[in-house]
Amino acid sequence: MLQIKNLHASVEDKDILKGINLEIKAGEVHAIMGPNGAGKSTLSSIIAGNENYEVTEGEIFLDGEEISELAPEERAHKGVFLSFQYPVEIPGVSVTNFIKTAINESRKANGKEEMPANEMLKLIREKSELLEMDRKFLSRSLNEGFSGGEKKRNEIFQMAMLEPKIAILDETDSGLDIDALRIVANGVNKLKNENNAVLVITHYQRLLDYIVPDFVHVLMDGKIVKTGGADLALELEEKGYDWIKQEQEA
Amino acid sequence: MHKELVDVERVSLYKSKNMSKYTEDDLKVELENKEYEYGFYTELDSETFPVGLNEDIVRAISKKKEEPEWMTEWRLEAFRAWQEMEEPEWANVNYEKPDFQAISYYSAPKKADPNKKLEDVDPELLAMYKKLGISVDEQKKMNNVAIDIVVDSVSVATTFKKTLNEKGIIFCSISEAIKEHPELVRKHLGTVVPMKDNFYAALNSAVFSDGSFCYIPKGVRCPMELSTYFRINQGGTGQFERTLLVADEESYVSYLEGCTAPSRDENQLHAAVVELIAMDGAEIKYSTVQNWYPGNKEGKGGVYNFVTKRGLCEKNAKISWTQVETGSAVTWKYPSCVLKGDNSIGEFYSIAVTNNFQQADTGTKMIHLGKNTKSTIISKGISAGKSQNSYRGLVQIGARAENARNFSQCDSLLMGNNCGAHTFPYIESKNASAKIEHEATTSKIGEDQVFYCNQRGIPTEKAIALIVNGFSREVLNKLPMEFAVEAQKLLEISLEGSVG
Repeated sequence: MLQIKNLHASVEDKDILKGINLEIKAGEVHAIMGPNGAGKSTLSSIIAGNENYEVTEGEIFLDGEEISELAPEERAHKGVFLSFQYPVEIPGVSVTNFIKTAINESRKANGKEEMPANEMLKLIREKSELLEMDRKFLSRSLNEGFSGGEKKRNEIFQMAMLEPKIAILDETDSGLDIDALRIVANGVNKLKNENNAVLVITHYQRLLDYIVPDFVHVLMDGKIVKTGGADLALELEEKGYDWIKQEQEA
Repeated sequence: MHKELVDVERVSLYKSKNMSKYTEDDLKVELENKEYEYGFYTELDSETFPVGLNEDIVRAISKKKEEPEWMTEWRLEAFRAWQEMEEPEWANVNYEKPDFQAISYYSAPKKADPNKKLEDVDPELLAMYKKLGISVDEQKKMNNVAIDIVVDSVSVATTFKKTLNEKGIIFCSISEAIKEHPELVRKHLGTVVPMKDNFYAALNSAVFSDGSFCYIPKGVRCPMELSTYFRINQGGTGQFERTLLVADEESYVSYLEGCTAPSRDENQLHAAVVELIAMDGAEIKYSTVQNWYPGNKEGKGGVYNFVTKRGLCEKNAKISWTQVETGSAVTWKYPSCVLKGDNSIGEFYSIAVTNNFQQADTGTKMIHLGKNTKSTIISKGISAGKSQNSYRGLVQIGARAENARNFSQCDSLLMGNNCGAHTFPYIESKNASAKIEHEATTSKIGEDQVFYCNQRGIPTEKAIALIVNGFSREVLNKLPMEFAVEAQKLLEISLEGSVG
């Protein structure tokens, strides 16, 4: 589904990614872990099409189509979703209005009619229940005054509404208490099926207790240095990253 | 006098680093090339006075309109006062002063006759309304809105008069009111905006050509939104409407005013006066959507909009001004409330959008005279292109205004790096029991906001519209439903393609 080949990227002339190779197949959950500054968030921004980063080499394929030259909204229309680590506030725009606009823009881009209002309402109700969201929440301004947990829950709510092919969860666990973490993870698990894929980017193993990955990759200094199964995350939790570094150097 | 100048901010833009590729340049070009949607000119057979202004012209206007002697004299007095006055220069706008001797002060479509039925109206006129999206028929049926349309200077179609008549509501052109209801006009005209109030008000008092008059009797709730659609058609003419709205005790009225003008190279002058009188317990809601021609992308042409709008509140009365200003090359406008009666309330909700070379100096004055008077000011300024957008407001608390309250909020949103937002709030309080709050924010549409929207599949253009509408939400919510939709569209059109 998502294939990344020899990806190099820089921001303000500083090389951040130095040759990433990654293949995620439909139905899989992958996790990328790594110490601070390894390039984890850069990778997610680049897949989503943030133009502050420059791709200097390599390719990104979605279902066999090269997407690294596409605008961020075009990638979104093709099914790329990024759950932001720090979702921005948009004052005066309600959660409902925002998601309605997002859905209809995607439908328009894919040659479909706007979603009828009753269908939209039904979908919103269904998905907000999945994430145990208060109805009042939906009429609040997007992310304005939201707690950390509310922001992340809102991200996953949008993911549930948009039904992406590939969802990238960038540090979705940061700022979450244990209950919110459970709700968010539960939501992701329910949305997971054979036709989509999830890429979890995280610093800690905590989230992976709930969203169990098929593969865990360790990203260090702009490269994937180790790949393993779910147990690799536990090992990292226990031993930290230094041993991998030493392994590399050895 | 205790005078305090608080929180005067001047925000000019600096080049923000990291502007990403998708933003300004391409879109700016697109915006600049966007033509003014209402820029068409209708071939009507009109009757226009020769250019220039003197006592004879003033008399001629009055005669043309078959006005009584007192009205002619009133105009002449205003004209004489105007001659002694100087054009104000304190506003934060730069423009070439109009040559008042190069303007024609009267232009009426020849075929218009206020007594005609809608079917008799010049088909060209009707076509023009259609272009404006205000087909009279449709408005009549769909919106339950009675419209008094002023094209250039004469009212050509007044609808719903009958329904209004049954309630004793008078809604007609001011010329008609002068003839049919002289006692009401004479009693109230110039009581809120005196003829010598300011340069443009004096000019308007001397030469006003037409406008609307409305009277709501005691205890009557006007059952529909009253609406006037102004449009400047004839080249080289100034439009000087005069609106007088009297809401008798315990009555209620909501009034809508919309404006457009065709695009022309020369600047067109518009100097209107609007007077509102809310007697004891009455409530007036006055909403304006103004999208007069703003000039082209080089700043050539466009309307000069120098307007005096003021309302008087008696005991327990309330006046709300809501305005969405997207047009005009230069705007100079301060819809104000004189809170004379105890417990009276004044409100001002404004969205002012400037783009290209537009300049707006707009705001309000809240004059608290009575006890327990309250005022609220919510001003949203949006600047794009090379425009300058200023909020100028005065909150004045009189010595006898015990427990007066004011809350002001002025928010500015900037797009691009060449525009400016300025806030000039003046506060004068002579009563220690007053509570006055002023909040101001200035923000820029963030790249991160746009990227967030993009990531969810919302293209940049649409993202900007969404963010701007969100920013303006509090004010848009104050507009009557049918107007709110139009205003929202107008915001999108005015800002299409400008990103910061």
